[in-house]
Amino acid sequence: MNLTLKVWRQSGPSDSGRMVKYRVEEVSPDMSFLEMLDVLNERLILEGDDPIAFDHDCREGICGMCGMVINGVAHGEQVATTTCQLHMRHFEDGATITIEPWRAAPFPVVKDLVVDRSAFDRIIQAGGFVSVPAGSAPDAHSLPVRKEDADSAFDAATCIGCGACVAACPNGSASLFTAAKITHLSLLPQGQPERLSRAKAMVDQMDAEGFGGCTNTGECTAVCPKGIPLDTIAQMNSDYLKANAK
Amino acid sequence: MAVTGAVMVLFLVGHMLGNLKIFISRDSFNDYATALRTLLEPLAPYRTLLTIVEVVLAVSVVLHIWAAISLSRRAHAARPVKYAAKKSQAGGYATHIMRYGGVTIVLFLVWHLLDLTFGVVNPKGPVSTPADRMIAGFDPSRWWMTLIYLVAVVMVGLHLRHGIWSAFQTLGWANRNRYKALRTGAALVSAVLVIGFLAPPLAITFGVVK
Ligand code: HEM
Ligand code: SF4
Ligand code: FES
Repeated sequence: MNLTLKVWRQSGPSDSGRMVKYRVEEVSPDMSFLEMLDVLNERLILEGDDPIAFDHDCREGICGMCGMVINGVAHGEQVATTTCQLHMRHFEDGATITIEPWRAAPFPVVKDLVVDRSAFDRIIQAGGFVSVPAGSAPDAHSLPVRKEDADSAFDAATCIGCGACVAACPNGSASLFTAAKITHLSLLPQGQPERLSRAKAMVDQMDAEGFGGCTNTGECTAVCPKGIPLDTIAQMNSDYLKANAK
Repeated sequence: MAVTGAVMVLFLVGHMLGNLKIFISRDSFNDYATALRTLLEPLAPYRTLLTIVEVVLAVSVVLHIWAAISLSRRAHAARPVKYAAKKSQAGGYATHIMRYGGVTIVLFLVWHLLDLTFGVVNPKGPVSTPADRMIAGFDPSRWWMTLIYLVAVVMVGLHLRHGIWSAFQTLGWANRNRYKALRTGAALVSAVLVIGFLAPPLAITFGVVK
């Protein structure tokens, strides 16, 4: 396949950046999106150009590093798929593809498509943990958990912190990420002692980072590669309101 | 947003039911308007309850708009650089209908109060009965007025279609098992309000109510 790419190039945080057009030829439909970029980068290096910087690590959809906005959709239009798991067969031969970094003030661009997602780390540091003595793993049935709670907690726990929810949200809100982390812990027995203080600390940190407010548009869950459901946000709101009522 | 919105939805239900009295008779509608003002008399002076309701509503409207403005300012601050290409994956309904629709509703509200509450832009003027103002306002010759109300009320309906379920989500009362019911319920309440609010003006314009 032959493609035209329009890629955001920005040499560093202080550069104002611009879209640059590239032709990529002989792309195999079996390549992943990142492999296609690798091919382009090898050529750019041979030509003495600066390769396009993008984040990636596992390339198997579990680390959350590889976020980019492809044709206006975070991680591309393929549902429940990270950029690294997106394959070129989903694109038409001859297509023009626009590639941009996550756009959010709390995610400043480091270079090209790489953004700094430390704001997420600070939200986790604010309360995304349980303060229990961590010995060896307990016996499976020593602490009963309702099946529905276990399932919902697990669904929430699959969040890989990629930031697509923020990138897609018209408000630039980090509610889905924060809610996934809060819900994951607040549904399990180990998370109960700090349940309300955790919700308060994490939501306050999210606001302090400069993310926008949630207006329940549902854009986040539609692009989330892990399909984190919207009701995690209701759970977060419930815990947060209770924490503030105290 | 959720709490002030809920206050306004409750008001709208009452307001719609009140308006329907025009179908009984002008007198019935006027009596109802008088009743709103004389309720609690002689325990409290004329217009006590109505004034309280008006204050609560005014506060709700102001806080609702204030919340909307601050959300939108936070949203702009959170995305200083726009996307070159942006494709909504959830329809974009909530973003556009709520913001632009909300502004339309406010403009309508101002006009509406000048028209039917204060009567200053109404053919019958301020010194007239509420029923006279309503019937003169939607006279067949003033079909364009009915059209304005129609657009505005449909806007309110679209606003509430998202607003009602969204309020449950914001207050933390929603979950995956309730979404379907909440969305259907929101659409149903909105549809009932739209139909109930539009029935009197349309009936007047088409000469069913004179
Ligand atoms: C076509 C539909 C509507 C009709 C025929 C209608 C009619 C009226 C009338 C006759 C009054 C004056 C009542 C009185 O003086 O006792 C009134 C007041 C009012 N209406 Fe409407 N209305 C409509 C839709 C709406 C909508 C959609 C809203 C909200 C956005 C609204 C908000 C108000 C408010 C805030 C007042 C003042 C209430 C008060 O004085 O306490 N109306 N309306
Ligand atoms: S909620 Fe989904 S989109 Fe947001 S960070 Fe987690 S995995 Fe990514
Ligand atoms: S590179 Fe790890 S999720 Fe894509």
